Amino acid sequence: MANVTLTIDGQKVTVPAGTTVLDAARSAGIFIPTLCHDPAIPGFGACRLCIVEIPGMRNLPASCVTTVAEGMVVHTASEAVIEARRTIIDLLLANHPQDCLTCEKNGDCRLQDYAFMYGVRQTSFHGERKNYPLDDSNPYIIRDQNKCILCGKCVRTCQAVPGRSVIDFGYRGFNTRVVTAMDVPLGESDCVYCARCVAVCPVGALTYKPMAGKGRTWEIQRKPVTCTFCESGCTFELNIKDGKVIGITAKEPGPGRPLCLKGRLGLELLYVEEPMTPMLKKDGRFVPVSWAEALGLEGVVARMKEVEGK
Amino acid sequence: MKSLMDKCCEKCFHSPASPCKDYIKCRRQGPLCHEDESCRAKYKAFLEDIHLPEDSSRRQILICAGTGCTSSGSRKLVDALVEELQKQGLQDRVSVKITGCHGFCEQGPLMIVEPQKIFYTRVQVEDIPEIVAGHLVGGQVVERLLYVDPATGEKSLTYETVPFYAKQKRLVLANCGHINPEEIADYVANDGYLALTKALFEMTPEQVIEEVKISGLRGRGGAGFPTGMKWSFVRAAEGDKKYVVCNADEGDPGAFMDRSVLEGDPHAVLEGMLICGYAVGADEGYIYVRAEYPLAIHRLKIAIAQAEECGLIGDNILNSGFNFHIKIKAGAGAFVCGEETALLTSIEGNRGMPRPRPPFPAQKGLWGKPTNINNVETFANVPLIIRNGGAWYAAMGTEKSKGTKIFALTGKVNNTGLVEVPMGITMREIIFGVGGGIRDGKKFKAVQIGGPSGGCLPEEQLDLPIDYESLTSAGAIMGSGGLVVMDETTCMVDVARFFLNFTQAESCGKCTPCREGTKRMLEILTRICEGQGKEEDIETLERLARVVKSTALCGLGQTCPNPILSTLRYFRDEYEAHIRDKRCPARVCQALLVYTINAEKCTGCGSCARACPAGAISGEKKQPHVIDISRCIKCGNCMQKCKFGAVEKA
Repeated sequence: MANVTLTIDGQKVTVPAGTTVLDAARSAGIFIPTLCHDPAIPGFGACRLCIVEIPGMRNLPASCVTTVAEGMVVHTASEAVIEARRTIIDLLLANHPQDCLTCEKNGDCRLQDYAFMYGVRQTSFHGERKNYPLDDSNPYIIRDQNKCILCGKCVRTCQAVPGRSVIDFGYRGFNTRVVTAMDVPLGESDCVYCARCVAVCPVGALTYKPMAGKGRTWEIQRKPVTCTFCESGCTFELNIKDGKVIGITAKEPGPGRPLCLKGRLGLELLYVEEPMTPMLKKDGRFVPVSWAEALGLEGVVARMKEVEGK
Repeated sequence: MKSLMDKCCEKCFHSPASPCKDYIKCRRQGPLCHEDESCRAKYKAFLEDIHLPEDSSRRQILICAGTGCTSSGSRKLVDALVEELQKQGLQDRVSVKITGCHGFCEQGPLMIVEPQKIFYTRVQVEDIPEIVAGHLVGGQVVERLLYVDPATGEKSLTYETVPFYAKQKRLVLANCGHINPEEIADYVANDGYLALTKALFEMTPEQVIEEVKISGLRGRGGAGFPTGMKWSFVRAAEGDKKYVVCNADEGDPGAFMDRSVLEGDPHAVLEGMLICGYAVGADEGYIYVRAEYPLAIHRLKIAIAQAEECGLIGDNILNSGFNFHIKIKAGAGAFVCGEETALLTSIEGNRGMPRPRPPFPAQKGLWGKPTNINNVETFANVPLIIRNGGAWYAAMGTEKSKGTKIFALTGKVNNTGLVEVPMGITMREIIFGVGGGIRDGKKFKAVQIGGPSGGCLPEEQLDLPIDYESLTSAGAIMGSGGLVVMDETTCMVDVARFFLNFTQAESCGKCTPCREGTKRMLEILTRICEGQGKEEDIETLERLARVVKSTALCGLGQTCPNPILSTLRYFRDEYEAHIRDKRCPARVCQALLVYTINAEKCTGCGSCARACPAGAISGEKKQPHVIDISRCIKCGNCMQKCKFGAVEKA
C-alpha cells in the first residue's frame, strides 16, 4: 500500500495509507493516551482521551479512529487538546472511587497514570456517583462497577470469542453500565471465567480474585508462559513475588487465543505453590471440586487407577 | 373493477408477474393500450370519486384520522357520520373518507366538506346530526364549528382562508389531510408514482442524481447534507449489494412532521425510496420507524402491501428490470437511534450505539454495505423534485437552502401545529404570521429551534432568514424542525436544564464527554435553578460545553450543549441573576421565589392561611395577612387561592 506523509507535532512521519493517526504518532514515538483503544479490536472510539487537533477538521477527532491523509497536520498536545483531556479525566474521576490506596490495580491503572500525567489532582465536580454493590458472586473475578470507566474493552474482548458475548452495555446515559444478560451477577451468568476481560481492563473494575491482597503490582514480576492444554497455545503470565509464583493471569488476549478457565487452572496446578481449590459451577452454584474434575481428567485418572489395579 | 388500480377489462395484463410500463399513466388517462369508452368511463368515474369536480352535487367528507385527531375522538365521528347518513338516506350522495394529519391538531377533530372546502374544527359526535341535517341536507354551513382566528375573531369558511394554512406553502404536506393514506388509488390520482415512472423510463440513474443535485435538496433530518451528493457517493461506492434506509426515528420532543407524513402520505416516502434505490443502485430498503408510532407503522404496512400488490414494489417494477423491496424495522425507542450509525447498528440487531465516521454509511453502512440513509421528509421531497424538475424546486428558498421545510410549531403561540414554509422565511413570519402571535397577549422571549440539541434564539434574531447556515451561526441548528416558542414567563436557565435532562437521559453512554459531561452540566444547571449556583459555575459550564461539543463521538453529544451555549449567549443576565442575586427574573425557579402579601390588596379573608400547608400565613380577620418566609415552602397554594391578587411572588 502507498505511503502517506503527515506532520505530527512538527515532526514529519511517513506511514502506510490507512494507518490511524494514533498508530502513526506511536510509530514516531509520540505519546497519545488511550483508555478504550484495543489494538486487537480497534475502531471503537469511545473514551475520547486520544483526541487530537487537526486543522481543517471539525471538532477534535479521536486519533484511534481517524486515518492519516497526505499532508495532514496533527497537534497532539495543543491547548484545546490538553483542556479536553484534562476535562475528560476530571469527568471520569468525578464518577470513580478515590480509593487508590487499597485498589488492587494501584500502580498499574491507566486512569491513575493519566491523572498524574495531566496533573488532575482531584475532580472539580461534586455530584452523584455510581453506587453499585460489589459483584463478588464467583470465585474468580471481582467486578466493581463503581470503578468501571465504560471503555468497553471487556465487552469487545468477550464478544471476540465466538459463542461467548457474556457481557454488553446496558441502560442509558449516566446509568450505563456493563451488564450480563438480564443483568444478573457474573456468577449466575454464562461467564466461563477465562478472564480475558480482566486482562484488558485498564482500571480496577475487574480484578482476579485469587490474586487479591497477595501483592502490589510493583512487587510482582511477570513471566510469560504458554499453555499446552490445547492447540490454541494461549499465553498466560506467572505472577512472581519474592521468587514464589503467587498466581496465573491471562496475558492480553489476541485473535485466535480464546483463553479458558481450564487452561488457567492447569497452569496454577503446575506453577503455583499453594493453588486454590478449584471451583466449578454445579446446579448454578460454585462448589469445590477435585483437580481431576476441574481439568476434565476424571476419565483418564479412573482409567489409570484401573490399569494400576490390574 | 373495485378500485382505480384494478384492470378495466381482460385486455389489461398488468400484474406484478407481468408488469406493464404504462400502468400508472393508464390509470389516470387510460386505457392506453386499447380504445374502449366504457373502460375509459370506469377510470374516470374512479378518479372523480377521489376528486369530486367543483360543480358536483355530491359531497365528500374528509375526517382526519391522524394521531392527534384520533386521540380527540375522530374515529367515533366516522361511525356516527356513516350511521347518520344512512338514516337520512344520503349514503349514495355523500361519501366519508379518512385522511392523515392536517397539522392543526389542537383544533381537532378536523372535518372537511368537499368540494366546497368547508373546514370544521373540534367536531364532536353530538355535532353530526346538525352537520348532516343542516349542511348536507339544508345547505347551511354550521357556523359555530368554523375556525375562529384568536387574533381577529374572524371566522374562516374554508381551509384555504384559515390564516394558519393561508400563509404556508404546503408541498410535502399537500396530500396530508386530503387523501386517504390507506388507499393507494388516492395517491395515484394525486400524481403519485408518476415520478417513479419518469425516473425509470425517461432518466438514467445519473440523471436522477443530477436532478436532485440541481434541486439543492438537503437532508431534512437536521445536518443538512446535500442529498444529491450523498446519492452520488452511494452510487459510486463499490459493492455487490446496496441499501436504502429511511430514518423515521423521529425523537425530538414536540416534532411530529415525519409521523404526519408517514400517517398521511406514506406512498410519497415509498416512492422517494424507490427513486433513490434506482438512482444509487440498491435493491433493498429499510424504514426504521419508532415503535411509539403504531399508526405510522400500520399505514406503512398497508401502503407497502398495496404497492406490492400493484407491482410498484418488488421485482421487475413496471417491467423496467428494477427490483426493490422494502422492510419495516420498528425501533425500540432510543433517541440516539435517530443518529444514522446507531440506527444502522440497531437494524443489525445490536444495541443502538453510534460508531465513528468515517467510514460513512455511503461506504460502509448496513451490514458493511454501501447504504444511503435519508429521513422521511427528505424522501417525501424526492417525487416532487423528479416530477417538477430540480430547477423548479431550486427556485424556492435561499442561496444554500432550497425548497420548503416543515416545522413543528409549539409552545406559547396562538396556532400550534405543523407548518410548511419556504426556506428563507423569517422566524417572525412563522411565529407572528402562521402562528398568529404569542398566546394571551404576552411578550415574546425566545424560540427554541432544532429539538433538544438546538438553541434558543431571542427577539433580535427574529428577522433572521431561516436556512441551515444562518441558524448555525446564530447558535441553533435546523435539526428536525421543532420550534418551541417561549414567552416572558419562561426561565431560560430552567429551559437549558430541561433540555439537558433530556439529552443526559438519552445519551447512549458510549463516549465519556457525553455520558459524564451532560450529567455534570445538568447538575450545575439544577444547582443554579435551586439557588445554589456559584460564581464559577458559568465558566465551568462553558468549559464543559466546549469540551463536550468538540470531543463527543456523535451528533447527539456534539450538539447537546447548544441549549446552554445559546442561552448563555443571549440570556447571560438571567444566569447571573440566579447566581448572584438568587433571583429568577421569570419567576419560575421555585427555590428562588419569595411570596409576599400586598397589604393594600389583602382583605383579610383568610383563604390563603387556610390553604397554606405549612402554616406560614397568619393575620387577624379582616386585617392584612403576612407570610413567614422562614416557614414558607413555596408551593404557591396561597397565590392560587387569593381572589384579590394580593399574593405576589418575586
